[in-house]
Amino acid sequence: MIEAYLSIFIKAVFIENIAINFFLGMCTFLAISKKIQPAIGLGIAVIVVLGLAVPINNLIYNFFLKADALFPGSDLHFVGLICYIGIIAALVQILEMFLDKFLPTLYNALGVFLPLITVNCAILGGVLFSIERNLLFTESVVYGLGAGTGWALAIVALAGITERLKYADIPEGLQGLGITFITVGLMCFGFLSFGGISL
Amino acid sequence: MRPLRKILDNLKPKFINGGSLEKYYPIYDVIENLFYSSDKRTFGSVHIRDSIDLQKVMVVVWMATFPAMFYGMYNLGFQSLSAFEQLGTINKDDWHFIFIDLLCNYDPKSIFDCIWFGACYFIPIYLVTFLVGIAWEVVFAIVRGHEINEGAFVTTVLFALCCPPDAPLWQVALGISFGIVVAKEIFGGTGKNFLNPALAGRAFLYFAYPVHWSGDSVWVAVDGYSSPTILGIGAQEGLEGIQMQYSWLDSFFGNIPGSIGETSTLFILLGLVVLLYTRVASWRIIAGVLLGTLLTSLLFNLIGSDTNPMFSLPFHWHLVIGGFAFGLTFMAVEPVSGSHTNLGRWYYGFLIGIMVVLIRVVNPAYPEGMMLAILFANLFAPLIDHFVQERNIKQRLRTSE
Repeated sequence: MIEAYLSIFIKAVFIENIAINFFLGMCTFLAISKKIQPAIGLGIAVIVVLGLAVPINNLIYNFFLKADALFPGSDLHFVGLICYIGIIAALVQILEMFLDKFLPTLYNALGVFLPLITVNCAILGGVLFSIERNLLFTESVVYGLGAGTGWALAIVALAGITERLKYADIPEGLQGLGITFITVGLMCFGFLSFGGISL
Repeated sequence: MRPLRKILDNLKPKFINGGSLEKYYPIYDVIENLFYSSDKRTFGSVHIRDSIDLQKVMVVVWMATFPAMFYGMYNLGFQSLSAFEQLGTINKDDWHFIFIDLLCNYDPKSIFDCIWFGACYFIPIYLVTFLVGIAWEVVFAIVRGHEINEGAFVTTVLFALCCPPDAPLWQVALGISFGIVVAKEIFGGTGKNFLNPALAGRAFLYFAYPVHWSGDSVWVAVDGYSSPTILGIGAQEGLEGIQMQYSWLDSFFGNIPGSIGETSTLFILLGLVVLLYTRVASWRIIAGVLLGTLLTSLLFNLIGSDTNPMFSLPFHWHLVIGGFAFGLTFMAVEPVSGSHTNLGRWYYGFLIGIMVVLIRVVNPAYPEGMMLAILFANLFAPLIDHFVQERNIKQRLRTSE
């Protein structure tokens, strides 16, 4: 039992890393990776939101949208996408208010990132993957946390490299986004080391 | 040497400020530095003066690869000539044999024959790597106005040494181009890259042309003769399968098929001793790698597995097979792409040690783990440094209060 969960988690973090292997959530991934501290903040925010959004959407799908879920003959999966996006947005709003009220330190630490990742495709991607793979509710919790951890790991590593690159002498045309893209491409070599593992 | 100095002195005004060939100063500079030590000196109030500079560091590393290189040529010849003897025929359907036929009697017992055979395969690879690598370095030096650095010597020799002997030369040229240009020069040249350029080029080829760069039949330069590396055997049949063909000492002395430079742990150790004695290599990284490998392999031995024979491969075998020794000595300790802080070097090495065993044991797609493990650790080296620095700052703040 525990092994199955562990394998889902490790797979989501390393083997099917949502940033490096699927290139999801690129806009924030490239934009907020200049410094390590904000990258860590954003990474934690993504872990929290994925950890909540994936299981909740999983429940919504299984109890409302799936064929024959509401009543025999019902099939609402065509509203799936819009439904998931709405739920993610609402979830983030509620989470933000909750944190503001009860955990102000964390709220301040996450700052602008929380509303920012509402529109992040990594979140929607994680939700869709978990539904496509027919994960059970508990599995989807583990998958959500794992996918978030993988994304956080990738952005923090990228931020570390970018910070070191401030000593580099990059040609004018490549400065900024250009070199970040090349850096991410080279990072993929490192993550390919997990490429063939099947758990 | 005086006439040479004279020629150089006569040429110099053309290359320095305002001369007609000013743009090409890096070429002049590298040729002058080849024969004479640099006339650039530290100035200002620095406290420590030492005769060591980047040129000397790089030349030490370059020379440290020589034992492994010459043994590699011999071993390649020995493995191939033995294979010919076993097959009974020699298929000379290859341009290498134009040169081999000149001096070689195809006798695996003759050391000269073996070295000549190996050299006929290795030297073209090294020549292509060297010329292409230096050409890129020169182009970038002229366009971007930095100096030509001896780092390219090291990158090219390391890259050539981890090629399989039969590698097509155009792929070799492509790989070193990728390594030098994408992994190093666009970041500003030596000292500014975050990945090891030789490894990045090697990995690029490994993923782009897997047929020529991995598998069972590429390690001996004989057509149609398949001779898997020890790691390849291990992944299929486990330790018993390996021991049926090779003993631990075979592997330690290097009597095994593999990339040109990686086979003999003994001769690589000679290089390692030089690097450690001159303190070019950091002993902390080496210790970290060994510790990580030891703990992870013990862990896998304990867990055990019925289906995967690599789980039970003991620690001392991990050290002598595949590219472990070569990667440890020449790639992992590379000062630029590794961690820069002393404490960070322990963690960095430890991460490599964990990853190399992990990839070898649990990843069926890649029998060899050292290359990818080092590339993976390269990605996290800056992060490790960051946390070590933060910790140091906090500690010093506390003691100063």
